[in-house]
Amino acid sequence: MDSAARDGNGSARRGTPPSAPGPRASAGEAARPIPRLLIPELDKCIQCGFCLPACPTYRMLGVETESPRGRIHLIEAAAQGRIPLDARLEEHMYVCLGCRACETACPAGVRFGTIIEAGRAEVGPTGSPLARRTTLAALRHLMPYPERLRAAAGLLRLYQRSGLGRLLRRLHLMPARAGEMEALLPAVPDRSFTPAQGVLPAFGRRRARVGFLSGCAMSVLFPDSNEATVRVLRRNGCEVVIPREQTCCGALNVHNGERAAAQQMARRNIEAFLGAGVDAVIINAAGCGVASKEYAVLFRDDDPAYAARADAYSRLCRDATEFLAELGLTGTLGEIRARATYQDPCHLAHGQRIRREPRDLLRRIPGLELVEMDGADRCCGSAGIYNLVQPDYSRRILEEKMRAVVRTGADLLVAPNPGCLLQLAAGIRARDLPIEPCHIVDLLDRAYAAAGAEASQDGDRRPATAAPHLTAPSGAA
Amino acid sequence: MAVSLAELRCRIADRDALTAALEQALGRERVFAQPVDLLAYEYDGSVLAALPDLVVFPVSTDDVAAIVRTAGRFRVPLIARGSGTGLSGGAITPIGGIVVAMSKMRRIVSIDYDNRTAVLQPGVINLDVTRAVEADGYFYAPDPSSQSACSIGGNVANNSGGVHTLAFGVTVNHVLGLEMVMADGTIARLGGRGPDEPGFDLTGLAVGSEGTVGIVTAVTVRLMRRREAVRTMLGIFETIEEASQAVADLIASGIGPTSLEMIDRLTAQAVEPAVHAGLPLDAGAVLLIEVEGVRECLERSAETVERLCRANRAREIRTARTEEERHLYWAARKGAFGAMGRLAPNYYLHDAVVPRSQLPAIMHQIGEIARRYRIRVANVFHAGDGNVHPLIPYDATEPGETDRVMRASEEMLAACVAAGGSLSGEHGIGFEKNNYMPWIFNDADLRAQRRLKTAFDPDDRMNPFKVFPTPVSCGELLTRRPPRLAASGLWI
Repeated sequence: MDSAARDGNGSARRGTPPSAPGPRASAGEAARPIPRLLIPELDKCIQCGFCLPACPTYRMLGVETESPRGRIHLIEAAAQGRIPLDARLEEHMYVCLGCRACETACPAGVRFGTIIEAGRAEVGPTGSPLARRTTLAALRHLMPYPERLRAAAGLLRLYQRSGLGRLLRRLHLMPARAGEMEALLPAVPDRSFTPAQGVLPAFGRRRARVGFLSGCAMSVLFPDSNEATVRVLRRNGCEVVIPREQTCCGALNVHNGERAAAQQMARRNIEAFLGAGVDAVIINAAGCGVASKEYAVLFRDDDPAYAARADAYSRLCRDATEFLAELGLTGTLGEIRARATYQDPCHLAHGQRIRREPRDLLRRIPGLELVEMDGADRCCGSAGIYNLVQPDYSRRILEEKMRAVVRTGADLLVAPNPGCLLQLAAGIRARDLPIEPCHIVDLLDRAYAAAGAEASQDGDRRPATAAPHLTAPSGAA
Repeated sequence: MAVSLAELRCRIADRDALTAALEQALGRERVFAQPVDLLAYEYDGSVLAALPDLVVFPVSTDDVAAIVRTAGRFRVPLIARGSGTGLSGGAITPIGGIVVAMSKMRRIVSIDYDNRTAVLQPGVINLDVTRAVEADGYFYAPDPSSQSACSIGGNVANNSGGVHTLAFGVTVNHVLGLEMVMADGTIARLGGRGPDEPGFDLTGLAVGSEGTVGIVTAVTVRLMRRREAVRTMLGIFETIEEASQAVADLIASGIGPTSLEMIDRLTAQAVEPAVHAGLPLDAGAVLLIEVEGVRECLERSAETVERLCRANRAREIRTARTEEERHLYWAARKGAFGAMGRLAPNYYLHDAVVPRSQLPAIMHQIGEIARRYRIRVANVFHAGDGNVHPLIPYDATEPGETDRVMRASEEMLAACVAAGGSLSGEHGIGFEKNNYMPWIFNDADLRAQRRLKTAFDPDDRMNPFKVFPTPVSCGELLTRRPPRLAASGLWI
């Protein structure tokens, strides 16, 4: 804990939204009320405590300050001016995974996510001054710009291929933290998701015109899954619009107390998609889904008029699994002989209450056996950038998760969210397990391809493993 | 003669030395002394709040003994706390002191199927006991509505009941033995593993004593065998009085339902959006009825249930067809208190018992009182036990509303007592109803209880100001949600 270092230097800046990484309230300084933090969501908590056992950090640490009820109480106390926004409070706010399992457990319907995000907006990103400056810089100057993100991914790819990391490690020049962070990253793919056309026609009869939010992490780290999503949508009669003006959804900004850029990013997406005349906006990352569905909250204080427009956009947003289950899969799915287990992304199960749809889709795939793991809807410890901010807790949570996964004997670990996929993949790599992490759309895409292969009778009935490229003509069934 | 709690607040001569001594015993990270951290321990599940001086986290019986000895040296009160879900302020610190949070002592120590017992640390969550044994066909019977969150230690303190109390009794019927750290820091074992240990029944004394005689560090509980079959039904009635009469008739019929739970209209309206159990929103009351037993017998029991409900003009009887549906019915019942947050930012409820025969009359009276005070009242309760929970959603920021709600609740409680009932069915007395104790006990009764407490805790350091009448009223601690404008004084 480096709170001591941050205590007692400089002035508090509780009155304004964080504009630069700065010192927190000094120890002993009188607290002042923060009226805008007295958000209506606070009123709903009646402190029954039903959220405690659902909370991963309360389960792990057994202290009220690291529970949803405790955080709500502390945020309310800060809003009322009973306590200052000091380093200790910041720590409690950032031990939270933001997984929202408490929202599922809450009988009163408290939207905890909104509360913790409002709390974090008052303190800004967490960490050492350097870490905060880095996080802020990334949130403000990298995330909103797809081209910069692609460039950064390119640099990372170069680094990974160069063997520089290995060299640094051999020379013991790699700091332990950096090594841990590096271990979380997959090999950056050769290309990122850059569709050739802005509008891709449906295969066969058109059933819907949908927009596709290609996302930041999904585009650079999982381009194949993005392409698979688009292909599966097209196979199901969707004309897919991919507006070039779109950008990252801003979820990481909101989760890390950086609202200004989040608002700009939200506006860009809202305008890009509302202008495209689509029936739905398809999102294949659970975290982006929640953020997109809650855009109105971002604007309700600063620009209430725009909040209504944000809400109109949010009502179009659908998780890919939600949309496909609603639409009903068409076409023939080929066989995938495997045992799969499904990890509920927190922001899908708790954030969007979507649990049945992805499982129903998986059950549609012939040959695929779905085995439930214990606590499938318990967070894996990825939680956005939590694994970077709280590596120790994250590791402990992942450990429990990997044990549950191994007990199922599954060879496929399905999680429709990039954060979970990165974290679970790192867990699998570290343990050298014979398990493949994948997005649900990857499997659907493979199953369709396998059906195509069966139909053309070109040899054995082995399921296809490599997904055909988006621009390849193979999809035109 | 009202005295201010501030005047009574415990004075700690040397807080730094106390903190240091506890840190020495437990390690720094297991002692909370910063204001921010203490604030998260000023509340429990009730409407009361009071700031503790320190919070400590033992992980073993020896830790607890060390804490008790240290606190004794500094003459500071101790308040054991489980999950903090209690509804009578049992885990808050009216005069300050040290909260002993048992939330890190949550191991199931052993399970013994041959003798049908389990040994639990006090922080174990109630439902986790059943979860640990249900695959083998067993369960732990006391099941308060908060069972997914409340701790066994808290259940022992409050002698908690639950939705199956009707058939299986309360906590004291399921606790065989206890390990308890006494006020002097010694470790005593009360009871044992059998149903009738020689000597005084100190287990019976400790269960329900609300932490006023010692701190329980291990609990030996009875495990029960799951019945062969269960049927869960919903009887839907036009009025709560008719549903209450059905309860009396069902008990009289001798079919022995394992639970009879009342969910009235306002409750259904609050909980349905959270649970989606399909509760009708226009019915006067829904009766949740469960019968268990040998498969072959259930059909006849179910017929009796249906006949008696219809005789009381039930408009519909539903039967859960799947386990999932059954869980939904129960989720609606158990989520009811929490769901009150959907109706208003605060709620207040009393836990009182009336003879079952008085249920229809008391329901009518509660309705009358609510009308007179212009408040809403939700009735969700253990009808089979006559254990009523009139629950009042309100907004503490409305001037005068808290006061009105408190007076109405008090009147409802008095009506229950006048009907031959009691002050508490299962939530405990805590710091909420201690001043009502003289309503049901005379001086000699209370003196007898007080002397017993003094025998165990001569210096009154174990959860003081609880259970027994005090010169202060709990109204002073109704500050959990300071009315916003008054609290700030700075903005409008």
